[in-house]
Amino acid sequence: MKRSVSVIGLTVNGERHEVAVEPRRLLVDCLRDDLGLTGTHIGCEHGVCGTCTVLVDGESVRSCLMLAVQADGAAITTVEALASDGALHPLQQAFREAQGLQCGFCTPGMLLLAWELLRDHPAPSEGEIRETISANLCRCTGYQGIVEAIQLAAERHAVAPTTR
Amino acid sequence: MKPPPFEYEAPRTADEAVALLTQHGDRAKVLAGGQSLVPLLNFRLARPEVLVDVNRAAELAYIRPVDTGLAIGALTRQHTVERSAAIRGQLPIVAEACRLIGHLPIRHRGTIGGSLAHADPASELPAVMVALEAELTAVRRGGRRTLPAEQFFTGIFTTALAPDELLTEIRVPGLPSRTGSAFVEIARRAGDFAIVGIAALVTLDDAGRVGRARLALCGVGPTPIRARQAERVLEGERPEGRALDEATDKIVAATDPPGDIHASAAFRKKLARHVGRQAIGLAARRAGGGS
Repeated sequence: MKRSVSVIGLTVNGERHEVAVEPRRLLVDCLRDDLGLTGTHIGCEHGVCGTCTVLVDGESVRSCLMLAVQADGAAITTVEALASDGALHPLQQAFREAQGLQCGFCTPGMLLLAWELLRDHPAPSEGEIRETISANLCRCTGYQGIVEAIQLAAERHAVAPTTR
Repeated sequence: MKPPPFEYEAPRTADEAVALLTQHGDRAKVLAGGQSLVPLLNFRLARPEVLVDVNRAAELAYIRPVDTGLAIGALTRQHTVERSAAIRGQLPIVAEACRLIGHLPIRHRGTIGGSLAHADPASELPAVMVALEAELTAVRRGGRRTLPAEQFFTGIFTTALAPDELLTEIRVPGLPSRTGSAFVEIARRAGDFAIVGIAALVTLDDAGRVGRARLALCGVGPTPIRARQAERVLEGERPEGRALDEATDKIVAATDPPGDIHASAAFRKKLARHVGRQAIGLAARRAGGGS
């Protein structure tokens, strides 16, 4: 019987955590409720809206479609990793300047999609940006501002590219 | 909502997974990429007593050459397939179709085997594997069997897999020379399931006539539909003009589409004709060296 709570180890934004979870605990709920990292938002809970997007071992995933136990041993990046010492990350600064957010609900997921895109493709075309963010919903329909924010961030080399 | 409680097992090998399926039978459900099963759990539409999570069975994730073509491990992520040089070089239609599955975060997790075993009638990979005449290997304790893709899909969300069987490998035969392929679909938005999609493989002879055609559709019936009569119409002809018209008639005749909120049955038939014409033309151009 494995229904009982088990202890898993997660490295979130470079910090190691041990947390006791039921197998049915979704990764997003573990991040928000067990670790108090409420920057990751939860919307639809069935993998459509994408606001719960985080990076698991460097790859974007929907954290409402992953069990916390599946992330045992993984390195997770959430939106909290971006700003440092109260200063916005250059990507966040670009979102602010280009009005890449309105209500802000979709922003954590959009930022991580943009971060991953710019890491892997430092000079994306507008089409590539649109394809990337089509994964997530912005119900303010502020997509144009988000596209411009990512273009601005790309021009400023806001995200360090890495070869993977 | 949140998933209902379940027992959780995370086997490290295919053998361990099969042993768990033998032990738990139809009380258990295999968790692969989770991009369809976890939403069903969150909605509580699925309430398995035991989840057998195969994600730690790394031996099930591979793409390797075999004498007949390529073998793809069931746990191989869709994004890995889409980027694989071997797939893009030898079976470009598989990469082309994978790119149409959901979005990047979905394909980072979603697996080839999971998509096939889930058997959503609107999903791309089942139709692609039927057109490619892939063979699917299912393992149970003490034995294994290999099924042609066409026999694997038995109904809506239903496959020939028994509760104690695990899909472990997909073997795709290599394509003959002068074969072009195309996967074309119509979806309401990028990343959505197809309303109608078609996988087309066209092999041309030296005179530019169709030596062999293989066509399979998704979204127009309970399982992928192979349009064999359309294939026969094309064979021996140039893929254009009257032969192409007649082939698309036969494609439409092969379909048995549902009508639902996304599209009426009549509209789906219309789209089947459209994507059929487009895919045959594209595959034929690619067979001749075009792109």
